[in-house]
Amino acid sequence: MTEQGVRWTADQVLALAPDAASRKAGGRLGTAGPWSEAGSAEGTVWGLCKGSGSRPYRTVVDLAGADGAAYKCSCPSRKFPCKHALGLLLLWAGGDGSVPVSARPPDWAGQWLADRRRRAEGRRAQAEGGSAAGSADPEGARRRAERRAGRVTAGATELEQRLADLLRAGLAAAGQAGYGLWDETAARMVDAQAPGLAARVRELGAIPASGAGWPSRLLEECALLHLLDQGWLRRDLLPDALAATVRSRVGLPASADGAPVRDRWLVLAQYDTPDAKLTTRRIWLHGARSGHTRLLLSYGAAGRAPEQSLPVGLALDAELSGYPGAGRSRAALGERFAAPAPAAFRPPGMGTAEAVARYGEALRDDPWLESVPVTLDRVTPVPDGDVWQLADADTDSALPLSRAARSRPGLWRLVALSGGAPVKVFGECGHRGFTPLTAWPEGPGEAVALC
Amino acid sequence: MTATPAATPPGNPVPTPAESSSAPSSASWEDLVTTALLGTDRRPPASGAPGRPAPVALLDAAAVATVRRRAGLRPARAARRPERAPEDPRPALPAAAARRLATLLADRSGGTSGGRRGSSPDLMELLPQWLAAANTHGYAAPSHTLPALLDAARGRTDLRPAALAFAGPRALWLARLNPDWRFVLRAAPGGGSALPDAGDAEAVGRLWREGLFAERVALLGSLRSRTPALARDLLASTWAAERAEDRLMFLDSLRAGLSADDEPFLEQALGDRSRNVRTTAAELLSALPDSALAARMAVRAAACVALDRMGDAPVIVVEAPLECDSGMERDGVVAAPPAGRGERSWWLGQLAEAAPLGVWPERLGGRTAREIVALPVADDWQGELHAAWCRAAVRQGNAEWSRALLGSPSAPEAGGPGAVSLAERAKLLATLEPAERAGWVAGFIATHGLSEAFQLLGVCAVPWAPPLGRAVVDALNIARDAGSYPWSFSGVMGLAERCLDPVEATRLEALLAVPDEREDAAPGAGGYWAEAFQRLAVTLRLRAEMTAELGAAPPA
Repeated sequence: MTEQGVRWTADQVLALAPDAASRKAGGRLGTAGPWSEAGSAEGTVWGLCKGSGSRPYRTVVDLAGADGAAYKCSCPSRKFPCKHALGLLLLWAGGDGSVPVSARPPDWAGQWLADRRRRAEGRRAQAEGGSAAGSADPEGARRRAERRAGRVTAGATELEQRLADLLRAGLAAAGQAGYGLWDETAARMVDAQAPGLAARVRELGAIPASGAGWPSRLLEECALLHLLDQGWLRRDLLPDALAATVRSRVGLPASADGAPVRDRWLVLAQYDTPDAKLTTRRIWLHGARSGHTRLLLSYGAAGRAPEQSLPVGLALDAELSGYPGAGRSRAALGERFAAPAPAAFRPPGMGTAEAVARYGEALRDDPWLESVPVTLDRVTPVPDGDVWQLADADTDSALPLSRAARSRPGLWRLVALSGGAPVKVFGECGHRGFTPLTAWPEGPGEAVALC
Repeated sequence: MTATPAATPPGNPVPTPAESSSAPSSASWEDLVTTALLGTDRRPPASGAPGRPAPVALLDAAAVATVRRRAGLRPARAARRPERAPEDPRPALPAAAARRLATLLADRSGGTSGGRRGSSPDLMELLPQWLAAANTHGYAAPSHTLPALLDAARGRTDLRPAALAFAGPRALWLARLNPDWRFVLRAAPGGGSALPDAGDAEAVGRLWREGLFAERVALLGSLRSRTPALARDLLASTWAAERAEDRLMFLDSLRAGLSADDEPFLEQALGDRSRNVRTTAAELLSALPDSALAARMAVRAAACVALDRMGDAPVIVVEAPLECDSGMERDGVVAAPPAGRGERSWWLGQLAEAAPLGVWPERLGGRTAREIVALPVADDWQGELHAAWCRAAVRQGNAEWSRALLGSPSAPEAGGPGAVSLAERAKLLATLEPAERAGWVAGFIATHGLSEAFQLLGVCAVPWAPPLGRAVVDALNIARDAGSYPWSFSGVMGLAERCLDPVEATRLEALLAVPDEREDAAPGAGGYWAEAFQRLAVTLRLRAEMTAELGAAPPA
């Protein structure tokens, strides 16, 4: 377990909030006023919060659970964490003695915590016992996989036909056709159980409206889609790693079966991309010993935050297992050995030329890759017309910021942090430019989230 | 970044010559795009693999070219780097205070929640106080909080001075890069550009002659704050050539640092072509009790007011002026009254307002201000005369007259509208010392309750002095016992949350519980009161924490 004195910062606590309203409400409860009998021990925090009713709410938070933070509160809110849990954590983060470290939680909190621990133990035991008995029907699973592969092949073939038709008639015609054409094709790909293809097709529909230079971008994406189709249709001829990449790009399910790597994983960035149906949360981690940068993906229903949340600047002692596929950084969080705790170390950085070269090299293993995670050392945000770039402090080269990064408020936090001086920046470097996600000042100072 | 070979995606403007030589032997990217746009039916590709249909061959070639273009990206050439932001020599915030600032600013971005406020504090309302305290300690703002701070100041002009002082030199640097924060440049002395040093007469003169209007106003303002005479001389040097609107603005900037030395210039401005300029000059002169204009006004006003000793008790008699002559007009008296006012009383009001208050004891039998105010006034002139004296006391910042005109706070007529309105009382109070002000308002609240007190509380120094704080808490307690709902007092409650000294929190302990419902009380009021008092107590505790955090030693 972690040393008991290590507390999170208010920002890190607020990053757990499921929405802005909770963040605000939690912020108001982060004062000693309404709280009594608060205490903390080994990654767990508890307290009684006086609400409008006669009986105070009982709030318990377990940050040290093997499967992430968990919250319990006797309030009727259905948000997780609720404002009481956030307020309690803020109070704890404030570290002004309102939430003292105590040896044992009171019974009302201790019981739930003990139950949780016991259940987690039980699950782990089950998982260890269950893996042997796992695929009870290997023959059936193989048949199902074959059937699905057949459908995907049919879908890919059909898509190839449509792309050929498109190029025969010309992209100019497609520009006028609008979304309808693509939506219909995307629906066919969903039927073909190839969600990866469907997503790419849907994105094609938006390109003709994306401004100057769209024919070039549309041709690029059509060509890469064609490459993916061809990769699928000839996957038997590909090296294993590339074939795995093609399978995951097409959208076939895979499990994180890589060897688990235990490390101190520093949370570099966490951000959500909302979609009409789904909120995708990306969390970038950096291993202190391994030097690896890994991506955790989690999903939430539209308009709701995914449950997994790891505030920037914390490090967790845990195991990560990689997903199959060459040169891809996606991983799944395995066992955690301690609650996440603030960490002072930073990832090592590189220059802009090296960052671009790294993207180029990564394309060798995965030509569909949009960007790679990199940390830039000693770069300065520089305005260049209505665009911004990150310029090396010591050379004459620079990376333009991506279009998405230009309109985010984080850009101004980055510019303010730098003040014209070099900073360290973590972000995603790809063919659309660089998207900064986190920055560190040159001198001492905490990581500043930019997304 | 730059793409190869020819076509560059938007935002990647600089082509790198090193890569263009490595263009594939087959068709160029532009060629491929043209073919794709037109369609292979109309424009068969130049080269195609044998056995592949034309569109598929085109896609093959485009896929290779795309991956090659992406893999061959090069960094762009760096644009001209901005100057570094000036160093902020102030010490960094203590860690706890930095976290508090993040919470206060986060509350703002959380959007507005309608409805009842509950018992939790309103954090955004605490930001002004936090900023003032941080400025007193002289801490530097954490740089990454500047955007949120500037956005907050952008939405609330009342926050700007404190927020910009706290934000420091880096905010000015930042504001030059983002048009949303242009207000920072306007608020900064010199419009964000460096002003010439006051000693550099040539540079000052050049900027004054050639600068834009805003630059000139800024120059005048900054000179006036340091060397008032220099600013006045600069203005006088070009006075005749300025446009009337500009003259008015420039004249207004003399309000700061006004002294008897300015009199000759102002006296000459009384003859200005523009009436607004004349009026402003007259107003400035009348704020100088020793000026010639004040003396002329004293003569005029004294001629209208006399003491009648004929009756049992002395009475003030008023004979309003019969005409507004050109001399009066030149001294800033406006001849035409607003609709609904008699012109003679209108003129009298202006004369009594502009006359130095020192003239009255002499004129009215050597009486003190208090005695003069207590004298009866014949023929219903009391309202007019006292109102004019109030305006004079405020304009001349005369505490003795203010005290006399305010009277005793516990007097029965003090609670009603009377001769002196609440707004005027608030202005009169502002001329008194803070302790005296607080004492007067405390006395007022003890007698008249809270319903009229809001405006008066607004001019009291924060945190409230102990007697005032006690008076407010007691009055709230009485209001609760009277059975009304707390939102009738939401204005005072809000003020109390921000202004009550946190040490008073202990006095609130007894008020936090929900009292038993009485028959004559409004239904449920007790619970709402308890909630309001809880919010008050929580906010006070929060403010005490804020103060303590800022007082803590900064990290080494």
